[in-house]
Amino acid sequence: MSAGERPYAITLDIGSSRANRTGDWRTERPVYVRRMPPCNHACPAGEDIQAWLYEAESGGDGYERAWRALVASNPLPAVMGRVCYHPCETACNRVQIDEAVGINSVERFLGDEAIRAGWELPRPAPPTGRRVLVVGAGPSGLSVAYQLALRGHHVTVREQAPKPGGMMRYGIPAYRLPREVLDAEVERILALGVQLECSERIEDLGAAMREGAYEATFLAVGAHVARHTEIPGGTATRVIDAISLLHELEEGEPPQLGRRVVVYGGGDTALDAARSAQRLGATEPIVVYRRTRERMPAHATELREAEQEGIAFQWLSTIAAADGEELTIERMRLDEHGYPQPTGEYEQLDADTVVLALGQDADLELLQGLDGIEVEDHVVKVDERMMTGCPGVFAGGDMTPADRMVAVAIGHGARAARCIDGWLRDVPARPEPEVELAGFDQINPWYFTDAPRTVQPLLESVRRQTTFEEVVTGLDEGSALFEARRCLSCGNCFSCDNCYGVCPDDAVIKPGPDGAPYAFDLDYCKGCGICASECPCGAIEMVPEEI
Amino acid sequence: MSPSRDRGGSGGPDGARRSPGPYYQTGTFAVGGRLLDEGERAVQADEGRANAITKGHRACQGCGEALGARYALDAAMRATGGRLIAANATGCLEVFTTPYPESSWQLPWIHSLFANAPAVATGVAAALRAKGRSDVRVVGQGGDGGTVDIGLACLSGMFERGDDVLYICYDNQGYMNTGVQRSAATPPAARTATTEPLGEHPGNAFGQGKSAPLIAMAHEIPYVATATVADLRDLEAKVTRAMGLHGPRYVHVLVPCPLGWGSAPAETILIARLATESGLFPVFEALDGRIVGVSTIRRRVPVEEYLRRQRRFAHLFEGDGRPDVVAHLQALADRNIERFRLIAADDGTGDARASGGADARADADIDLLDALAAGERGP
Repeated sequence: MSAGERPYAITLDIGSSRANRTGDWRTERPVYVRRMPPCNHACPAGEDIQAWLYEAESGGDGYERAWRALVASNPLPAVMGRVCYHPCETACNRVQIDEAVGINSVERFLGDEAIRAGWELPRPAPPTGRRVLVVGAGPSGLSVAYQLALRGHHVTVREQAPKPGGMMRYGIPAYRLPREVLDAEVERILALGVQLECSERIEDLGAAMREGAYEATFLAVGAHVARHTEIPGGTATRVIDAISLLHELEEGEPPQLGRRVVVYGGGDTALDAARSAQRLGATEPIVVYRRTRERMPAHATELREAEQEGIAFQWLSTIAAADGEELTIERMRLDEHGYPQPTGEYEQLDADTVVLALGQDADLELLQGLDGIEVEDHVVKVDERMMTGCPGVFAGGDMTPADRMVAVAIGHGARAARCIDGWLRDVPARPEPEVELAGFDQINPWYFTDAPRTVQPLLESVRRQTTFEEVVTGLDEGSALFEARRCLSCGNCFSCDNCYGVCPDDAVIKPGPDGAPYAFDLDYCKGCGICASECPCGAIEMVPEEI
Repeated sequence: MSPSRDRGGSGGPDGARRSPGPYYQTGTFAVGGRLLDEGERAVQADEGRANAITKGHRACQGCGEALGARYALDAAMRATGGRLIAANATGCLEVFTTPYPESSWQLPWIHSLFANAPAVATGVAAALRAKGRSDVRVVGQGGDGGTVDIGLACLSGMFERGDDVLYICYDNQGYMNTGVQRSAATPPAARTATTEPLGEHPGNAFGQGKSAPLIAMAHEIPYVATATVADLRDLEAKVTRAMGLHGPRYVHVLVPCPLGWGSAPAETILIARLATESGLFPVFEALDGRIVGVSTIRRRVPVEEYLRRQRRFAHLFEGDGRPDVVAHLQALADRNIERFRLIAADDGTGDARASGGADARADADIDLLDALAAGERGP
């Protein structure tokens, strides 16, 4: 506009405030961050839970994307959705708003959906020609085989039992994990070209490696040898161990137990044995445990389900002696350190069969003759790469020092696969970057309303006492979607537009439909920090400007 | 409960009540969300929002007024298809947006004097009527100084004449751009440059000031509402509803001022939220002089939680503090809660949330005349 055309008394052209770059007022700048959600942090299998819940929240096609994100770390989601004790849910920040997100039930839904729809695992990389032997087809063996196959390596899995699965098949009863689910997920791994040889026991690992020209081995033989205890006078009493009971049950030849079954022990295996015994016809299974209910190592959900099914418990008790069908039980008390101590008070208990559930050890005979392997407390020591003292021999799962859980084993397999791959290619595995944990203090809970957790239905009680049908039923699609959407997305943007909305300076650039991330317009951002304090999920951090 | 819930809240588009977004992550109060339909997102989630005040304005870091004005005008712009003219009183909003010759306004905008924004808006509306332009609508706007004090006569006249103007007051409880002096909207006990925290009754006096929303209601105009920058969806719904009506309408928006209140710029929205959740600032809506809806408190907090975050109340907590004054302010909040029924009747948790809103709306049938008959004073 030239001077002559301006209205009366106007001497300057009209300008926009955009000429005024208010960004230079700033002393702090907002930065989008990705913090470690507590669920991911707690997951022994190393799943990126928040990421797959994010995909599942879309519903529809999102389920397959979610499943793909899930199987990046865990090839057995339908199994884990049933048997995992979900430390993720214990860690979930949502506990502090209402209840934890039912992560495990959504995992199961996705796993079942994949089986139903026939989704296939990713295609492996082109063959590398490198050969790896995996000993044991339990969760860690299957996990490492899957991860190595994806990287293009040739993997042979040798399994001593007639069928793959390890403790998932021979330790976890079918009412917790239906075998068709296990079979379907194992089948999918084998379809990647993993070679499985069952009923093959390796006596001499060194020889087996040389014969098969394997460059690396992953040992995953598990812990299948039951611990025993001497029961005085017990020769006339029928004593079996829980792990044999479960194994024989799986092979279709369950032992005769009688009506009165006493299970001795306090872990999950004791409960599995008692619940299985009841399903086999024992009318009065009793779990005898030396300590109290609170100190029982079994998981709370297992205990609750056992009690619902009518399993009886005798706490603070040990079997002092056995005489035919009569057991002498000694009452115990806990000392100040929580250890059970004898009291000298006795009582009698009738028993047709005593089932010992005192834990298991690994059978490490195959390691004889290998140099450098260190065994401590009946388990094999491994370094941070999961490698034993013998170069090229890695190990994981129950035979190594760790919690004995399927999720831990799967995590071991995934980590070992990264390290074996690096070892084969002579590239050291990169350490995982440290990521700040997204605690509840980084969540802005105002933005989330109460949404109570969806509970998975349980099979009715009578059928639970007499059949091996699955006890816990999965979520339907609507409930799974609801549950997925309860995720707070801790520490990771979930595209809620809040930062874009609350900026007084219009200095947040919203992504277009192509799904690009949000960005800050630092020419105008004054660094007030409203976006960070109003971010529902703690995905924005204010960092000082360098001046 | 049915397992097939996929919509968390009970909020609807008509709501003057606090309405959570229908369902991202089963009930969120966030601005938008990738899983929401366009119609379920706030206007502020729209990439094509009017941005009535564009970037580069000179408001302080974390300015509540800059935010509140954009929220309100963008909603009005959407409601009118962008055919909107704004008349602005003198005040922060006018100063920080229009240092000559720059302007942040992306709509036709006129400023005349401190006292006369409602009258100027009246004049614009009259001019449009004279030109037969029924498609273009008018808003008048100003701060609490220009509205509650200096412009009150013009505002009352605009109400009385029945002019077709929505007047929006951005209430930051003082004269901020001239150095934080007291206005008739400054709360009791607050320190300003003219109400020093000295003597037996530090800060602003109790028992003074006035409630512009209740004054507006006394004119029995079609629409009066209060809102805050802490509840965007509620504010947008009210402005949208106001633009759907004709005649004089009044919306009073609480906009925290980091400078004048001595609060952290990052906490502007939090402070506004605490003002409502403590009961100190009742959020309600009235048609024809009658309250028809209130936003119930979701998570009630003591006033202390609100006061402690602001240096204008710091004298209440220094040394031995002034628990008697804090208790007096708490009593004002409690009276608001009772008077405006800010806690949903059937909720013992103090967390009214989504379900309380609908009930409270029907329940809150508070007639201004009842309130006046009971001898109540303004908040």
